[in-house]
Amino acid sequence: MIDIKQNFFELFALPVAYQVDQQQLAGRYRELQKVLHPDRFSHLSERERRLSVQYTAYLNEAQATLKSPLKRAQYLLKLQGVDTTSETSVTMEPAFLMRQMELREELDAAARAADPEAALEALQQEVADELRQQRQQFEARYQADDFDAAAGAVRKMQFLEKLVLEIEAQEDQLLD
Amino acid sequence: MAYSEKVIDHYENPRNVGKMDDGDASVGTGMVGAPACGDVMRLQIKVNGEGVIEDAKFKTYGCGSAIASSSLVTEWVKGMTLDQAAELKNTAIAEELALPPVKIHCSVLAEDAIKAAITDYKQKQK
Repeated sequence: MIDIKQNFFELFALPVAYQVDQQQLAGRYRELQKVLHPDRFSHLSERERRLSVQYTAYLNEAQATLKSPLKRAQYLLKLQGVDTTSETSVTMEPAFLMRQMELREELDAAARAADPEAALEALQQEVADELRQQRQQFEARYQADDFDAAAGAVRKMQFLEKLVLEIEAQEDQLLD
Repeated sequence: MAYSEKVIDHYENPRNVGKMDDGDASVGTGMVGAPACGDVMRLQIKVNGEGVIEDAKFKTYGCGSAIASSSLVTEWVKGMTLDQAAELKNTAIAEELALPPVKIHCSVLAEDAIKAAITDYKQKQK
């Protein structure tokens, strides 16, 4: 069945690396889902059914983690003992924070632009480009075993991903 | 999670939102961010010849508690000397706003922001 002592990569028989074969991930996910399907446990004891629920939760978390570029990076660092997800006060480069402030001000301005849809799209493109750069930066630093610098790139991704969600929320508002 | 009345008040009527000219030597700017939640905070102070903060402005992109914490700090530091402002503790902010434990880090961010603004101002004087 499923060994929850395996790390998420092992669970999907994937190498522990930032690049993930999404097809293999999706295929193996479907296979494991079948193995864990509740119908296959309906005749079993209460305890085994409870276990199947736990395994399913583990499987889903693993799949969501490896699918998302940000969560995958956070997880790779976690395997190295670096937790970037619950840090509250870390000093960030002022220039980066300044840029984040600017991008958020652009988002505010987009709502009042003559063509808000186009303004949002342009901003989305800018943020996507910066995210791509940080992902590349992460991968390079991670591969070089420079986990401090890799964590720096992940922190930047966290700010940018938050902004992506905010842009999407604005878009939803626009469509309503 | 319910916000306290004071947080809601600052959130709905934030004090001193705005921007000062960073090129002005009497202005100190503190930029801080919380990577875990993606919040960004800018807090600025304008200091007079006697070393007293005569104006303060902020802009925060974040949750209600982060906005309220920075708004409150701009109110508090006006009229303070730099030394007094540097003594400001996040616990006082958290207590005033009745922040729940999961939001304490927002008050830490505001404390970091005022400290960064003071440091920036002092560096400009050199």
